Amino acid sequence: MLPFLLRRVGVMVLTALTLSFVVFCLTNLAPNLEKLARTEGSVRMSDEAVLSWIENNGHGGPMVMRYGQWLGVVPGWTRTDAQGVTRGRCIQGGLTAETAPRYCGILQGDWGTSTVFREPVIKTIKDKLGATGWLMLWVMLVMVPVSLIIGVLSGMREGSRTDRVLSTFAIATTATPEYVSGVILVVVFASATTGISPILAEWGWISGRTLFLGTATSAIDQITFWNFALPVMTIALYGIGYIARMTRASMTEVMTQQYIRTARLKGVAFHQVILKHALRNALIAPFTVIMLQFPWLLNGVVIVETLFNYKGFGWTLVQAAGNNDIQLLLACSVVAVFVVLLTQLISDIGYVFLNPRIRLS
Amino acid sequence: MEPLSWPMIFAKMVVQFWPVWAALIVTVALSLHFRRRLGLYGKLFDSTVGLLGFVIVMFWVFTALFADLIITFDPIAQISQMKNVSPGTPVPGSDQWYLLGGDHLARDVFSRVVMGARRVLTIAPAATVIAFMVGITLGLPAGYFGGKLDTGLSFIANLVLAFPVILLFYLLVTPEIRQTGVPVVLAAVLFLFPVIFVSVLLNSRYFTNPARRNLYVGAALAVGLWAYSGLAFNADPTGIWSMDPNLLNVFVSVVFVNAPTVFRIVRGIVMDLKSRDYVAAGQTRGEGPWYIMLWEILPNARGPLIVDFCLRIGYTTILLGTLGFFGLGVSPESPDWGSTIDDGRKLLSIYPHPAVVPALALMSLVLGLNLLADGLREESMRD
Repeated sequence: MLPFLLRRVGVMVLTALTLSFVVFCLTNLAPNLEKLARTEGSVRMSDEAVLSWIENNGHGGPMVMRYGQWLGVVPGWTRTDAQGVTRGRCIQGGLTAETAPRYCGILQGDWGTSTVFREPVIKTIKDKLGATGWLMLWVMLVMVPVSLIIGVLSGMREGSRTDRVLSTFAIATTATPEYVSGVILVVVFASATTGISPILAEWGWISGRTLFLGTATSAIDQITFWNFALPVMTIALYGIGYIARMTRASMTEVMTQQYIRTARLKGVAFHQVILKHALRNALIAPFTVIMLQFPWLLNGVVIVETLFNYKGFGWTLVQAAGNNDIQLLLACSVVAVFVVLLTQLISDIGYVFLNPRIRLS
Repeated sequence: MEPLSWPMIFAKMVVQFWPVWAALIVTVALSLHFRRRLGLYGKLFDSTVGLLGFVIVMFWVFTALFADLIITFDPIAQISQMKNVSPGTPVPGSDQWYLLGGDHLARDVFSRVVMGARRVLTIAPAATVIAFMVGITLGLPAGYFGGKLDTGLSFIANLVLAFPVILLFYLLVTPEIRQTGVPVVLAAVLFLFPVIFVSVLLNSRYFTNPARRNLYVGAALAVGLWAYSGLAFNADPTGIWSMDPNLLNVFVSVVFVNAPTVFRIVRGIVMDLKSRDYVAAGQTRGEGPWYIMLWEILPNARGPLIVDFCLRIGYTTILLGTLGFFGLGVSPESPDWGSTIDDGRKLLSIYPHPAVVPALALMSLVLGLNLLADGLREESMRD
């Protein structure tokens, strides 16, 4: 187990380094830096002034060196101007050139400053990740049980009417990306003019104008059923179909095995066969699928947070990318890539643990 | 003129789609009549799910083909009184209606959705085809030879797959990145694969007959490199092959996202198939590795690949919609469904129709493709 784990972690670190370097290159392209110079310096700077601003603020020099500084393995840049004032990457927050540390990159915990939110990137990321964590938690709590139940119910009697109905539902949800289901859910449940809200309001069943809220902005302070149901449903719906189909495939395969027939012939009740014999083996494959669903959930989070204006991680990523906030976008990318790699690792290890038939090679 | 009621709106739309109905009836009737001679395609008509999916997909394909006949207004024309009007409002000064209402710029939603089908259905299948060519050209040798080549290619594929798609889009589809020429470089690499694929395919089949080989490979190379120069570098002297830089950027990123998954699928199938007896027989006969890969293994891997191809067109449609939804790489005039949904969502709770119509269109197309893939999978498993 240990060599396998070490090799996996080694590949993961290598992947993370390569990917962060690629992201660093793509966010620090010359046009992006010029745009940054014009927003941070002045819009009417001449081309020479832009170039010298880039040079004076440590964005010059070879890409690899700048990446090293950002990572914290190359000493941060320092520059002394004509007045004899020394400025540098690590000289900030009341530190002078003498007291400042030599290295300050993400390995030292310095993620830079966001130009959009005007605060340390690490603080922004922490706050927003917390908000998204709640969203993810509720999505998982809805998505996993629902999809497993649908998959098991339709897989235990292949070809039955239950199977047909549930499979059709599963296919329909996989065909509905978040930006489509979100729009439809808002129109049906959270519009004052269409859907079911006007009817309910007329009957006097709801006190407000709409059943659910069309935005989740207030959920940052307090999560309620009324402001959180639609975003959670929107993300969960897309995943439900996919996981349910995988569970169904794995369940139908298990149900054709010899030991299930033996149990049936021995006279065990059908629900006992399902619960005691089939489920354990049928749920191995969906576990991997659920873990590998995380990268796609991240996608859903970005779309849903934009659609419902929930100020979490996905919303921050869009803000960072839209406003050319290089440090914040870099940090978002690193977090996103790290989440993806970590879930891959967990899914690999979990698969080996759950399925003793897999030989480690 | 009176505003139309909902039954009248549907009736008008059904009439407006007449070329599509005609083409659908002809296609289905002909296919049903000759289905016993049409192989897997004919068998599709034996399964209800497959037939349903086929009809939905063909509906949108014909809509894209006959879009010029179906639309009632110019999809980018703005008629000032018609801003956000509800479905079925008559247009002053003409004998027509805005069948599905007007959007926030007073354009006809119905015509825009129909025109959007044309845009979506040209980019998505084309991008999927290129992604498959890239995936197959790299996946075959990786699975067949294994070793260092496999390790290297798999590492690169996993790198791309570890990127959250949306982040990759935000990094790759920006106006800034177009200035640096990264999309052109990507296009230059990715568009080379179809040319390589076709040339190697023909060369491995006909190399025993140099005269025919030279003719076929020469023709393929001439057409391929001509298209390549036009599409990737916009350097086609005749101007037939060219691509708007915006579109090239979107197209290349979608191919780039899809190719690694295809690579993994092809590699897996090849690793499974290469231990079969017919491969060993081919090796004993002295057939070259590329002949075995392209003419022995690939035809036997077609079942799962065709199914995945259908699913992947749907997935690409979703990706294109995502790009449009974030306003990446499309012009504001563009009627594609993703950006129309994005435009409509700002006033969603007051005027739902501009966003709901393209949303339902996109959903039905992807649903059709998924059902089609399901039908194909069921029928191909019966062999």
